[in-house]
Amino acid sequence: MILRLIERTGVFLVSLVVSSVLVFAFMAVLPGDPARVALGVNASDEAVAELRRQFGLDRSLPTQYFDWLGGLLRGDLGTSYVSKAAIGPQVFDRLQVTLWLVVAGMIIALVVAAPAGTVMAARHRKISGLALSAFSQVGVAVPAFLAGILLIVVFAVRLGWLPANGWTPPAQDPAMFLKQLILPALSLGLVQGAVLTRYVRSAVLEVLREDYLRTARAKGLRPFQALWRHGLRNAAVPVVTVLGLQLATLLIGAVVVERVFVIPGLGSLLLDGVSNRDLLLVQDVVMVLVIAVLLVNFVVDLLYVALDPRLRTAS
Amino acid sequence: MKRLNPSLIAGGVIVAVIVLMALVSFVWTPYDATLVSPASRLLEPSWSHWFGTDKFGRDILSQIMVGSRTTLFVGVVAVGVAAVIGVPLGILAAMVRRWPSEVIMRANDLLLAFPALLLAIMFGAVFGASTLTAMIAIGIASVPSFARVIRSGALQVMRTEYVLAARAAGRQPFPIALRHVLPNVTSLITVQASVSFAIAVLAEAALSFLGYGTPPPTPSWGRMLQESQEFLFSAPRLAIFPGIAIAIAVLGFNLLGDGLRDRFDPKLEDRR
Amino acid sequence: MNDVLTVRGLSVTVRDTALVSDVDLTVGAGERVGLIGESGSGKSLTALSILGLLPEDVRAGGSVRLDGVDHELVGADERRMSRVRGRDIAMVFQEPMTALNPTMRIGDQITESMLIHRSRTKAAARTAAADLLELVQLPTGTLRAYPHQLSGGQRQRVVLALALANDPALLICDEPTTALDVTVQALVLDLIVRGVVDRSSALLFITHDLAVVATVCERVLVMYGGRVVEAGPVNEVFTRPRHRYTEGLLAASDLESTSRRLTTIPGNVPPAGRFPSGCVFRTRCAHATALCEETPAWTGSETEGFACHHPAGVADA
Repeated sequence: MILRLIERTGVFLVSLVVSSVLVFAFMAVLPGDPARVALGVNASDEAVAELRRQFGLDRSLPTQYFDWLGGLLRGDLGTSYVSKAAIGPQVFDRLQVTLWLVVAGMIIALVVAAPAGTVMAARHRKISGLALSAFSQVGVAVPAFLAGILLIVVFAVRLGWLPANGWTPPAQDPAMFLKQLILPALSLGLVQGAVLTRYVRSAVLEVLREDYLRTARAKGLRPFQALWRHGLRNAAVPVVTVLGLQLATLLIGAVVVERVFVIPGLGSLLLDGVSNRDLLLVQDVVMVLVIAVLLVNFVVDLLYVALDPRLRTAS
Repeated sequence: MKRLNPSLIAGGVIVAVIVLMALVSFVWTPYDATLVSPASRLLEPSWSHWFGTDKFGRDILSQIMVGSRTTLFVGVVAVGVAAVIGVPLGILAAMVRRWPSEVIMRANDLLLAFPALLLAIMFGAVFGASTLTAMIAIGIASVPSFARVIRSGALQVMRTEYVLAARAAGRQPFPIALRHVLPNVTSLITVQASVSFAIAVLAEAALSFLGYGTPPPTPSWGRMLQESQEFLFSAPRLAIFPGIAIAIAVLGFNLLGDGLRDRFDPKLEDRR
Repeated sequence: MNDVLTVRGLSVTVRDTALVSDVDLTVGAGERVGLIGESGSGKSLTALSILGLLPEDVRAGGSVRLDGVDHELVGADERRMSRVRGRDIAMVFQEPMTALNPTMRIGDQITESMLIHRSRTKAAARTAAADLLELVQLPTGTLRAYPHQLSGGQRQRVVLALALANDPALLICDEPTTALDVTVQALVLDLIVRGVVDRSSALLFITHDLAVVATVCERVLVMYGGRVVEAGPVNEVFTRPRHRYTEGLLAASDLESTSRRLTTIPGNVPPAGRFPSGCVFRTRCAHATALCEETPAWTGSETEGFACHHPAGVADA
């Protein structure tokens, strides 16, 4: 078990380092000169040289990389070439906004998928199960941003129940925060929920065929009791895998949904960075997103061990 | 025994309709999809404009028809890129010894940390937004799932007796890969291609929606959605039609993938 | 004394195919009854329908009554059946490797059946579980183990322990030793017999192995093609079989091993639902005549008899 933990941690750390090299290399080596990119093609050579000196872009690439990496470790994300403002605080602020969306979306997805997938599996030959299956199949085909647009049309335009867009920090006005959170969180959550439902269904179907479920019922547990006590944890193993992948998708999906609902999250920061040709900002945001994804994968690995005792003693 | 496979039929029909629509759009559309006519701005759906017109007076139906070309084009290239890299990688990972195989799969996992959209935005930031960068980025992002699926399929083939016999007979790895492994994973490739196609359609729509996909004036469903956003209160139909087009296309490819999977391996679904 | 289990006219069908027809079966209190037959004879389905655990689209008809339970078990709803299962009837299944939940400790799996039937408090259930493990000769430390840490034989003993937890009036064992190594089979059989004798529970023991029935059971029912073709005390049936199928089965297994030649019953067990009308065995029977196209009537008493038009041993009678 200890060995496995060490191995997983090692994989996580190596992945972090390798992906940081990839991100850095991609952003710094390929496009040519970030200072030139930041200033535009019409800038004078002197201005470009000045900017390069100012931000240390005239140093060797390894030096720049380690400087950037060291900053990352200290939580210092550097200074924007374009706005000349510190990037760290911005990213941190925006990350909180995005995390609200992702967490709320994930909760909605789980709340939708766990019961729906279970019912679909338990009644996979009955009309109700097939209807839910068809419904989830359609749900999978709707991208989150489209769901967002449709939700706006229905709940903001037609019914006028909820605001169509905007963002208020929870500390400032909790009621408004919730109102504005609902639609974007729903558009992320429902779509992911539809995807997740299908995995929950197949995981539960798999478990329903297991002998130990029959043993549980022979003990006197009713079907749903047996599924709840004996099936849940076993079905959770494959579902957690998908959940991890989905969190990554949600993080990225949030980028688009933020655009739909005009929410100042990490996604809009990234897109602003791209349109302002603020390469260091883009590089930082991408790195933060990748770190988040890798972190989720790492946690999923640890969850496996917690869920499945067989992995604890495996050599 | 032949069993009616509703997923396969429904998916096949949807995909066929989209392909047909794209083909027809080359020779005929109700109007020129890019024709701006200020006189007919934001028309409601009618006999002359079935789906109405947008803020520039362009016919929505014609745009959707031409937009299907973009969707299919991006899908084909992205899936092509993913397959051309992913399939050999998967087979290689199954055939080489443990150590290099582990490295390939780890690298593969790492790439999973860069979802299609993120990769495409990075590409857009560096190379400028275009259909080409979008396609390549989506394709690269789809490599890991291809490699993973093909590897597990190839591993099974490598354990079969005819491969063992071929190896015992001293055949070289490359001919084995070409003559035994590849033909036996084609069904997996087809299924994965269909599934990846659906993902590519979604990613293209999202990218165009963000403005990092197909640049104007080429019609694209995603950009139509983006342009519809300012009229959500006055003309929500502008969002509805391209939205439905995207959803149906994705649904079609997903169903096709599911149907193919059932067909190739009927045991997988609903065995008791 | 009352009979523990009374099965009358039990039939099991899937869609329109009959898998089990018209089975009568009685188990007295503390009695050990064997149910024997080849695979596909319907013996497992009979057991599962007593417990109400048939697969989704398989239906049971007829009557199953249990002493002390005031309702019919066939067609009873889940709420009532779940009170009977694990308390009045318990079951040990064939496949020990998959019968236990891999993510739950052994102790929790054993105590669970006591806790859901509220037969013991949590603390008492804990002690009882330790006692049960001792009964099946496993160390107390097994309580904290997970199934993957145990061997097949050990797991089957755990399954037995949790089946005995509530001192059931009837224990059903479905081929409990078939999946085990020969070396541990005897131990598990011994534990089963000791377990039911200690609790004066009745035992319904399903197997295809005649030798096992001979050591474990007092009375035996022979099933073929979804029907009971012969019943009686083990000595009687095994030494003087009446039904031609039983005769063939005995010759094939050759308990005395007097002859060196391997005897088999000609032909194969037909697939489910493809048994002939009339006597189900007539297509494989050397003695079959036109008479056998009619279903043979049951000859003898409820507990001892056979259903054959041309029974063996008539000449010596």
